[in-house]
Amino acid sequence: MASFNAEETLASVKKKQAATYKGNRWRVFVLPVIVFFIIILIWYCLVHFNIFPSYAMPSPGAVVKSFREDIMSGNLLNDMVASLWRVAVGFILSAVLGIPVGLWLGQHITARQAFLPLLNFARFLSPLAWIPFAILWFHIGDKPAVFLIFMATFFPLALAVMSAVATIPAIYFRVAKDYNYKGFELITKVTFPAVLPQIITALRVSYGISWIVIVAAEMVGCQDGLGYGIWEARNGLRLDSAACYMIVIGLLGMGIDRFLLQFSKIPKVRWGYER
Amino acid sequence: MKDKKYAHRLLLQNVSLSYGAMPVLQHLNLTVHSGEFVVIVGPSGCGKTTILNLLSGHIKPGLGVISREGVVRTVYQQDGLFPWLTVSENISMGLRSLKDAVQREKELQSLFDLIHLEDFKNHYPHELSGGMRQRAELARALAGDSDILLMDEPFSALDYQTRLRMRYELVRLLEKRPRTVVFVTHDIEEAAQLADRVLVLSKRPTTILQELQISAPKPRDLTDNEVINAMKEILERLGILKENIV
Repeated sequence: MASFNAEETLASVKKKQAATYKGNRWRVFVLPVIVFFIIILIWYCLVHFNIFPSYAMPSPGAVVKSFREDIMSGNLLNDMVASLWRVAVGFILSAVLGIPVGLWLGQHITARQAFLPLLNFARFLSPLAWIPFAILWFHIGDKPAVFLIFMATFFPLALAVMSAVATIPAIYFRVAKDYNYKGFELITKVTFPAVLPQIITALRVSYGISWIVIVAAEMVGCQDGLGYGIWEARNGLRLDSAACYMIVIGLLGMGIDRFLLQFSKIPKVRWGYER
Repeated sequence: MKDKKYAHRLLLQNVSLSYGAMPVLQHLNLTVHSGEFVVIVGPSGCGKTTILNLLSGHIKPGLGVISREGVVRTVYQQDGLFPWLTVSENISMGLRSLKDAVQREKELQSLFDLIHLEDFKNHYPHELSGGMRQRAELARALAGDSDILLMDEPFSALDYQTRLRMRYELVRLLEKRPRTVVFVTHDIEEAAQLADRVLVLSKRPTTILQELQISAPKPRDLTDNEVINAMKEILERLGILKENIV
């Protein structure tokens, strides 16, 4: 029996994809660099022509200088570690609770009917609205920030997982029944892998939310962290330092997102992105 | 391999089913004998898939009795393989009842030899062509302790030539591993080439218009006289010949 020339088609498709990728590779690096220099140029112009008063518009040079100072003093590194730690704890906490809750809600229509309005309500409540409670309940330090990150990410994550489970094609469960998958095994071997691609996407989105929330949370409830750094800079009218912290926040956020993106490349989930 | 001696039969006795007020099946009787290949054809929406769902136990009849003797597995039109498992892991699903790992590995190997997908063992379903996917799904359904295959238009998502090839492939696989088969299709050629017995269904509420035995040996070519005669008879019953239409 011939195998229908399938190897051939598969190989030619892959070759074509590789060729397109190669042709575009240099652009992926060069174009962003050009954009970067244009932004720096605009920034210089804004400073040069005194569009804003000089105390409200630090020059690129001043920001580089404050970068050096913040690194030398150890503040920047300390603040980075503090923020990353809080994000990691809050994010993991909401993943560990939100994913199972989402799986459960997705499978039980009664539970879904009962909890969906509450989840939607909570999802639209800005996490910043919880700040007064966070501080009165958890005082100052890591706890209120972790709490705020949890409140910001738990609901969207649980909802995303829930709707992913609710839309798993029925055929998978029928196949699972034919091959005797039941109970816990059904969840770990069928339900979970079926929604894993969407879970990874939902985790990336939640991580994005937590990275935004941490800055606001640290402005009020903490004595260190990147958000606190910006608040400090504002109080001391050191906008050069504030800008330097902003750049770090953006870069760290991007970097970690790139890291999370790697999870969507594991073979067991690639089908979810390539189909 | 199986060596169960007792019959794996499927039985529908006086089965009726309605969706709301609309009767879908009325007093349907059907016996599928052990080792028989029964093809169900009929106009679209005539309840072919409903019969399959009843046979698999996925839906319950309103009235009547259904009995299944043996392990039943369904082969679907498409997307029946789990996309998060490799071809080899998918086929291994069919061997879950085998306790001994060595035996399981041996059986898996013999299934791969059977379907000639050795080179694609560690590929994922989305990396395969439609025909290869259906062959893998067939191997999974044939693996281990299955007795009865329910096939829900398994080749209708494939292109025409692949479909033609898959018919021979299926005959060859069943020669090696005999099973009781109920095959639902709208493809009359498929019915004539594959069936021991064809059931032609009417529009809703579904009744069996005609039973047609085809005793010619398999594999059969599309141009064999027996196949052409069978097709003619089925088309006549469905009223799709020029004297009915033109």
